[in-house]
Amino acid sequence: MAHIAYREALGQAMSEEMRRDEKVFLMGEEVGFYQGAFKVSRGMLEEFGPMRVIDTPITEAGFTGVGIGAAMVGLRPIIEMMTFNFSILAMDQIINNAAKVRSMSGGQFTVPMVVRGPGGSAARLAAQHSQSLESLYCHIAGLKVIAPSVPKDAKGLLKSAIRDNNPVICFEAQALYGTMGEVPEGEYTIPIGVADVKREGKDVTLIAWSKMLLLCLRTAEELAKQGIDAEVVDPRTLRPLDMETILQSVRKTNRVVIVEEAWPYASVGAEIADRITHEALDILDAPVERVTGVDAPIPYAKNLEQAALPSPEKIIQAVKKVMYLE
Amino acid sequence: MTSKQKMPLIEFLRQMVLIRRFEEKAAEMYALGKIAGFCHLYIGEEAVAVGAIGAANPDDYIVTAYRDHGHALARGLEPKRVMAELFGKATGVSKGMGGSMHLFDAGKNFMGGYAIVGGHIPVATGIGFAMKYEKKDQVVLCFFGEGSVPSGNFHEALNLASLWRLPVVYICENNRFGMGTPVERSSAVYDIAHAARAHDMPFHHIDGMDVTDVYTQMQKIIEAVRKSKRPIFVEARTYRYMGHSMSDPAHGHYRTKAEIDEQKKRDPILTLQQQLLEKKEITKEEIAKMEREIQDIVQESVEFADKSPEPPLEALTEYVYAP
Repeated sequence: MAHIAYREALGQAMSEEMRRDEKVFLMGEEVGFYQGAFKVSRGMLEEFGPMRVIDTPITEAGFTGVGIGAAMVGLRPIIEMMTFNFSILAMDQIINNAAKVRSMSGGQFTVPMVVRGPGGSAARLAAQHSQSLESLYCHIAGLKVIAPSVPKDAKGLLKSAIRDNNPVICFEAQALYGTMGEVPEGEYTIPIGVADVKREGKDVTLIAWSKMLLLCLRTAEELAKQGIDAEVVDPRTLRPLDMETILQSVRKTNRVVIVEEAWPYASVGAEIADRITHEALDILDAPVERVTGVDAPIPYAKNLEQAALPSPEKIIQAVKKVMYLE
Repeated sequence: MTSKQKMPLIEFLRQMVLIRRFEEKAAEMYALGKIAGFCHLYIGEEAVAVGAIGAANPDDYIVTAYRDHGHALARGLEPKRVMAELFGKATGVSKGMGGSMHLFDAGKNFMGGYAIVGGHIPVATGIGFAMKYEKKDQVVLCFFGEGSVPSGNFHEALNLASLWRLPVVYICENNRFGMGTPVERSSAVYDIAHAARAHDMPFHHIDGMDVTDVYTQMQKIIEAVRKSKRPIFVEARTYRYMGHSMSDPAHGHYRTKAEIDEQKKRDPILTLQQQLLEKKEITKEEIAKMEREIQDIVQESVEFADKSPEPPLEALTEYVYAP
């Protein structure tokens, strides 16, 4: 096992796939000469050259569309969004073209493309740079969505995404890029659509992904001190969703708290809650609780940003609610 | 070889008449409820697709917008399978999944009709990028209306193509109207081709009502792009006789019938027929025979589409994800 940072794991995934398959290339703002806005692509220009590590102008719709066209004729683009906030400019390309070409051509064309970059809040980036937009992409048939939380998953899932024959949206997080973790030596992949139990427990199931998964692991330690044994389930893939692993955990604990950074209205957490309620109502000992970002644009002020996001206190409060400890 | 010898004008006439009759039949079938949804007819603009696609190699890529029947037929997609697609049948070119606005044929490098104005221009640019990446000699022909020229997708794509030197011919079919809004009320640049100047891209004007002009100019343009690996912009001035789609009137608030009638004097089919008759390259009898043959093809297309089965219910989700 190697102990590496999340950003390094992503970089290894891309480089390994580019060595394996000449059809794979990386395109985005500052990915080449600048070495990546968050240094995920550090060293890649030097290894693969400017035809495969391509700096773009600040034109998300344009270069995402370029990726789609290239993918339709057999290339495997990795499109880097400097942050997912900017992907909103490319949503027409992603939703109207990437997600639909296969269906509307009757299966004649596919779009094997990855769109990846950081989502979520970081350190006081204010309303336009702090958004968690997973649910917007999860809503779209034709897309797959992954949101790895640890370096091992980041590398294994991104490699699977690059090899997948469909458009895959990969949500990373600025706050995760520097986090460290164990990564297996040598070649491995992690399949899209398989959840992972990150901490076993018997009293309550916490469901979270990306940065919130780490928050839940920390909170679980806090809960343990209070005598509550939380299981932490990481879906890892948000579309398609591995409901079987989630339901297995729910059958064990009978209580669920879903934690996500996104807004509460029509969120991924709402979807998971709906499915649990529908498929496992009889084994729930309490209604599913959700801890989400506050339903407002994220403010700049330090205290307000903190108040807008999930916290250990909010999670503990929700856990106590489903355990009727309040 | 002179350009005259190279120019297959009789074949172009045949293709233009096929498109015209096919579109007239589509209008008829729309009125009968056999075709539904949005259906944009190419009547009046035939010379552009026929001349431009006729000048391309068969493996050059075609990408177009939603007014795509003409391009599909000019590329040689089977009329009966195009009609079946309009009917929403399993035998259609897109298996009934796309309809009028989304014709695709992978075997003919016909990369689709797209129905978000300007949204396909970056996609076409990406195919050009792939040609450069894989060191291939094919060229991409990207068709769009002048209504997409003010859009962001257009400018982002043209900048990238010019910056990266991609082998794409951007063909603006300037039919004067984006639905009901004339170009002078939607674009600050009236001479649309000048939009290419912003991206340091060479540009040409061609007469979109004259298939000879389209073909001769496009031959040179496509070969220049193939050799230089640099994009070129083409403005083809043409005119749409029908309404924007079958749901829209041909004239009314935004243009007069007199204007349409005036434009019809330059009809690309009648003009070519007249030229060929004068040069004695075709006789009236041959024109009549061609008409009959084409009417038979169109009628057979309708019968094929009518008899074809609807897609099976499993098709609803079958193509969403690739294995």
